[in-house]
Amino acid sequence: MDRKLIGKRVVRNEDPRLLTGHAQFVDDVHLPGMLHAAFLRSEYAHARLLKVDVSKARQHPGVVAVFTAEDMGKDWFPGPPLVSPPPTVKDVVFHSRRQVPLAKDKIRHAGEAIAVVIAESRYIAEDAVEEIEVEYEPLPVVLDLEQALQPDSPLVHDDLESNLAARLSQKKGDYEAARRQADVIVKRRIVIERGAAAAMENRGIVAHWDAQSEHLTIWDTTQAPIPIRNGTAARLGLSEHQVRVIAPFIGGGFGPKIMMFYPEEMVIPWAAKQLNRPVKWIEDRRENFYATTQERGQIHDVEMALSRDGRVLGLKDDFLHDTGAYDPYGLTIPLNTQSHNMGGYDIRNYSSEFKVVFTNRIIATPVRGAGRPHGIFVIERMMDAAARELGMDPIELRKRNLIPPDAFPYEHQIIDQAFAPLILDSGNYKAVVDKALEIIGYEKFIKEEQPRLRREGKYVGIGVVPFIETTGVGPYEGARVTVEASGKVNVTTGIGTQGQGHFTSFAQIVAEQLGVKVSDVRIVTGDTSEFHWGTGTFASRGAVVAGSAVHAAAKSVRQKVLKLASKVLEAPEEELELEDGAVRVADIPQKSISLGELAVLANPLRGAVEPGTEPGLESTSYYGPQYGATAFGTHAMILEVDPQTMMIKIRRYVVAEDCGTVLNPLILEGQIHGGVSMGLGNAYYEKLHVDENGQLLNASFADYLLVSSTEMPRIEVAHLETPSPLNELGAKGVGEAGAIPVPALFAQALENAFYDRKLEVLEMPLSPNRLFELLREAQENEKSV
Amino acid sequence: MPTTFDLTITVNGTRYERSVEPRTLLSDFLRHNLGLTGTHVGCEHGVCGACSVLMDGQPVRSCLMFAVQAHGHEITTVEGLGTRDELHPIQQAFQEAHGLQCGFCTPGILTTVKAFLEQNPNPSEEEIREALSGNLCRCTGYQHIIEAVELAAEKMRG
Ligand code: FES
Ligand code: FES
Repeated sequence: MDRKLIGKRVVRNEDPRLLTGHAQFVDDVHLPGMLHAAFLRSEYAHARLLKVDVSKARQHPGVVAVFTAEDMGKDWFPGPPLVSPPPTVKDVVFHSRRQVPLAKDKIRHAGEAIAVVIAESRYIAEDAVEEIEVEYEPLPVVLDLEQALQPDSPLVHDDLESNLAARLSQKKGDYEAARRQADVIVKRRIVIERGAAAAMENRGIVAHWDAQSEHLTIWDTTQAPIPIRNGTAARLGLSEHQVRVIAPFIGGGFGPKIMMFYPEEMVIPWAAKQLNRPVKWIEDRRENFYATTQERGQIHDVEMALSRDGRVLGLKDDFLHDTGAYDPYGLTIPLNTQSHNMGGYDIRNYSSEFKVVFTNRIIATPVRGAGRPHGIFVIERMMDAAARELGMDPIELRKRNLIPPDAFPYEHQIIDQAFAPLILDSGNYKAVVDKALEIIGYEKFIKEEQPRLRREGKYVGIGVVPFIETTGVGPYEGARVTVEASGKVNVTTGIGTQGQGHFTSFAQIVAEQLGVKVSDVRIVTGDTSEFHWGTGTFASRGAVVAGSAVHAAAKSVRQKVLKLASKVLEAPEEELELEDGAVRVADIPQKSISLGELAVLANPLRGAVEPGTEPGLESTSYYGPQYGATAFGTHAMILEVDPQTMMIKIRRYVVAEDCGTVLNPLILEGQIHGGVSMGLGNAYYEKLHVDENGQLLNASFADYLLVSSTEMPRIEVAHLETPSPLNELGAKGVGEAGAIPVPALFAQALENAFYDRKLEVLEMPLSPNRLFELLREAQENEKSV
Repeated sequence: MPTTFDLTITVNGTRYERSVEPRTLLSDFLRHNLGLTGTHVGCEHGVCGACSVLMDGQPVRSCLMFAVQAHGHEITTVEGLGTRDELHPIQQAFQEAHGLQCGFCTPGILTTVKAFLEQNPNPSEEEIREALSGNLCRCTGYQHIIEAVELAAEKMRG
């Protein structure tokens, strides 16, 4: 299909507002009479809550109210489960334990909210928090995933028999049979630790109850405004139409802002209604480290069965997953890990059981990648270990096992995070790998450059890692497209947006159909009063799922435009074209009518219309895929390590990706760059250090290191396009792709840089210190051999 | 009641007289007292750079200063660069090079870049990376930001 706007490097519609400081973020909302909230948070990770005395805080000048769990009375109850366990899997164990608005009786993680102070200013509210007196009885802390499952472990939830939150196993083929046939069995233990999502904007919420109209308005830094509206209405006994949730501009999401309901989301709207005054709460950075969800804690015991000639006959991966103190997000993350465990490889026999474990840490919910980086880390580390064992080139081993282009759709015979069958819809995997190899110059590096650099005393290594990303999952999204009397087009959709450029990519989709300028298409997202069907922005699904709904609505409006214009211009529809904001007869340019005029004709103020006529040039459409579209990519890098300081320098970084039809390469590349920077953090910089009491030791940006401009390499991106057959646009998601392969890639490049030192990396994140230790251990092992 | 301080301050060319508590942060003062919410707060401990504004032309972190410390000084915030219809060349360059995604870090980056390009109108990539190393961005991976600064420098050299 010949496309004019889709696939073009269109600059973004939303930028002027953001660049001039006029875009509204939640903390920019200011309402007359607004009060400010601050939370008292637990100092202990695990304790009985004996007494909370708020009497002094209530006396503090400027304090309007202080609430504890007791004060909420019958309105105190846990949040709803966000994702329930899969109904279709046999023998699944799942204990749902959800977070509470304010802790009662027991504390389950450091930073859990105990009380809220609401005052005339944030400064006063924070002062008064200091005056709350709490008596705790500290309990032994549950942190280690394996110890947590021992029979003598203390319990995070006293009513359960153990800290096991869930257990699920999935099988494909017959792993045991594959194992018996194998020439080589490779076994490893792989440990992945937590990091923070660390969006630049912390969370926040403003709630305004208008007693006269009995209407609640909430501004929330959420990725899912519609579920927040519906859930809030249910909590407060209101009609869904009495609640409006606005997710305005959001300063980065990356996953944790899809979590719901956070305690603050339960408390602040309730308090605003109690007090009959608007209440604002804005999280500070320290709170963000303690109270915003995190991800990535898992321990894997993996086994790979191979034939001598490098065919992977089977894979077995049993793992533990840390869900933290509660498990509102169900099994999404570990299911994603299982779905990515086989990467883009044709592996016929697979067996995996995971156990989800309660610990005294903040809840784990998806963070950019959401279990996928773990799956890819595991399979790719195993590939490298196997290549060494077989004495085979690691890239050759991978190529021998990639799913061939004629095997699509490729059914994995397990279920994914959406409980849909894991089917890889389309792809040309080998071509993508070859592209990355070609750009980075793999052969030449290995044969010529590396030996030369080594002679110069430089430790430089190369890594190449292919990966899949399941994206664009259901259930559905919707959109409404309206041509207005001005001739401009308004589009509303339910998903939220956190910087992905939806204001532009969706506008491109509509402009393509209606022949208007991209800048004449106004996109409204994240306001439930504009559109109230949909779920939210997660799983790299915005462009695919909401984009497809926008596309369908735009096409349907195009039909209406053509039908009406054909009547008005007295010409058959086939002869009409939409261009420059008007409809004209193909060969007679003077015979034309503007979209604005047509919109007026479609919505007459007087006169009779034909029965069954719908007014206006407007259409609403929905799109729900049966299963997700799966993107594929390969990252390659050349990494130099200073063998004295263990500081690293990335000399080259190449991304070859295939995410189907590209809507806007500028935006796509931006998504990839950002993903890679987070992935590098996960590989070498970002580790949450927790002491034996469950206290975070680096809860600030001074101590928790995000990648800055001086660490980031320049990234070379190449696109290949295998359109997805699952949607008309042919799109696959890309939002998380950049982050997924980076830790695996980094590990491979490090091992390659120290090829003669038997370094093996089986954990993430690393750090210069940790790398130093690993090299020393490798050296000692070699001596003792 | 806490004591207050009578503050005179010029922000984006407009002179304001306000009485503030001495402990009021400059970032809070700009955002909540003056309603200039373009300046963002990402960490409130001086690391992320989102709150950067110019004081007498030099970048400062408004979360690390009390408003009273800006008494008698001139402040420039992002609202003092261009307007929506007439973007400053740096803002134009950021749009053209896609130097922002969520836009939360952007105001602090724009003010930092303004001061930087005034001092160094023809910077190398190395120098740009160095100049931006105190501004965290979680979305972009910096590459398009760096390209935006190169483009802005070119535009401003004319
Ligand atoms: S908010 Fe001031 S440096 Fe982060
Ligand atoms: S654009 Fe989102 S933090 Fe920089």
